Amino acid sequence: MSSAQLPSAETPSERLLRRFRANALAKASIVIIILFALLAGGTALLSAFDHHWPCDPNLTNLEQKLLPPSPQHWLGTDNLGRDVLSRMLHGASISLTVGLIAVAVSLGIGMMVGAVAGYFGGITDQILMRSVDALLCFPTFFLILTAVALLGPSLINIVVVIGLVSWTGTARLVRGEFLTLRETEYVKGARVLGQNSWNIITRHILPNAAAPILVTAVLGIPDAILSEAGLSFLGFGVQPPQATWGNIIADGKTYLLDAWWLILFPGLAILIASLSFYLAGDALREAAESRS
Amino acid sequence: MTSFLIRRLSLSVVLLFIISLISFFIVTLTPGSPYPWGELNPKISAEVKANFRKKFHLDRPLHEQYAFIMRDLFTGNLRSIKDDRPVMAKILERLPATLALNFTAILISLAFGTLLGVYAARHAGCWQDMAGSFLAFLFIALPGFWISYLLAIVLVKEFGVPILGTQSYGIEFPNAAAAELDRIWHLLIPATILALGGLAAQSRYLRATMIETLREDYIRTARAKGLAEEVILYKHALRNSIRPLVTGIGMLLPALISGSVIIESIFAYPGMGRLGYEAVLERDYPTIVALNFVVAALVLLGNLISDLLYAAVDPRVRLE
Repeated sequence: MSSAQLPSAETPSERLLRRFRANALAKASIVIIILFALLAGGTALLSAFDHHWPCDPNLTNLEQKLLPPSPQHWLGTDNLGRDVLSRMLHGASISLTVGLIAVAVSLGIGMMVGAVAGYFGGITDQILMRSVDALLCFPTFFLILTAVALLGPSLINIVVVIGLVSWTGTARLVRGEFLTLRETEYVKGARVLGQNSWNIITRHILPNAAAPILVTAVLGIPDAILSEAGLSFLGFGVQPPQATWGNIIADGKTYLLDAWWLILFPGLAILIASLSFYLAGDALREAAESRS
Repeated sequence: MTSFLIRRLSLSVVLLFIISLISFFIVTLTPGSPYPWGELNPKISAEVKANFRKKFHLDRPLHEQYAFIMRDLFTGNLRSIKDDRPVMAKILERLPATLALNFTAILISLAFGTLLGVYAARHAGCWQDMAGSFLAFLFIALPGFWISYLLAIVLVKEFGVPILGTQSYGIEFPNAAAAELDRIWHLLIPATILALGGLAAQSRYLRATMIETLREDYIRTARAKGLAEEVILYKHALRNSIRPLVTGIGMLLPALISGSVIIESIFAYPGMGRLGYEAVLERDYPTIVALNFVVAALVLLGNLISDLLYAAVDPRVRLE
């Protein structure tokens, strides 16, 4: 009888999920993200077996150049007669890969720096946080462009450079969480029990800071996607003939006034993909912060 | 106040030192030929290469190279590898256009960011709030180069309105005022596109603090007195929620300069962003280092000004 009136034992992750599900925009964005991932993954998988699925993205056909959208070419063709839709499908995996791996890199660095600064404090904290302040004064995209241009544009360079430049937000956030959490009873208890710093940081503090870290990770993905698109647009992205959303637009700008489909559709893909990640990340943040 | 200024300035010097180190090592530690011509170009004799290396101190060890670059930067002797002109002169001639563009963009993002933020906070939890959030994230997610081209297609193709450069060419203006309006029009379009991201970020910050402020007792008192909603929102609540806006102004600048690398190239606007892009294309190391340094100095200055502004706006803040 009395046990029935106890609040149901809801774990923090169940609570997060329940609040997240209540947000209609968030649900729609998750559906779109999954759709993009399936399209990108499916294209990569199917083209591994059949190089011409759905249509070879690099098949040139000069008789069919700059055709507007039609039943044969749903999103038209470019200046070499290549099918824009299949180029966009192949570009999708580039964008998602860049987003995910760059965020993994920046999360790794940011968590390490933030944890060390917040846990140990003192002079270590001072040195690390002043370096973060210094990095925040840089125009990030210009820094990425400089490094990628000098290193040479390749998928791995782009991903590493974006990750190396964008960890400052995560570091600040993790440091803040650590400053609060290291004063809690259970961390003090762990210290009294003689656990070493590594164990306390990874087993006791980090899991309790998981929600805000997850939020910055999700919000970092579209940042990386947009940076890659900008780099591709300037000619320093993943190099042709590999199609990316940014370089389809860059190639199309010469035919700006004749072939609007070369600009409109890849840009819409960038916009919809990054908007979905932003909305999902924001809903996650709200779910993690609200107390109900 | 004086001790605050001294502390802030000495911190800025430390930050600028770290910044100069980072930008120096990014350009020197990356592999690649430092010459403006190809590494294996057979027409360039070994003597010319040696002279070039000597002139730009590339034959010295790294720490000496750094010292030379910093000395030249501060004495104004730093020269561009590409055209051998003083780097500071190249940056200074771009500075007025850059400041005009960024100042306009900051004004636009503050004005409309405030409106959007207050609107969302006022309707917190309702569909208007959701629409406001959606609009804000739409602005952040818009690739600037894409929206620029769409605008170009619509404005240039459909309406024949010129948008490139800082003014229209080949047109006789009836008077000075018309020419000035033309210049403002050419500034307004890239500034608006640049401002979108900052506008959205500002509106999100403002919405969050504003929602907190609207729960305060003095807001309830103001409502109980029967004050008009606009007076409560813009006079009572906004004043006490404005901190993230004011302190965020300085941090808007790096994002704006980043954005202007692409936007200025598209609109053929002669600012520092395009100078940076050209320097990267030509591997013009001294210009890249100097540009990062000047931008960082502007950011630190902007942060300092915004802190001072905030202390001036809010009497509760003491600069100690």
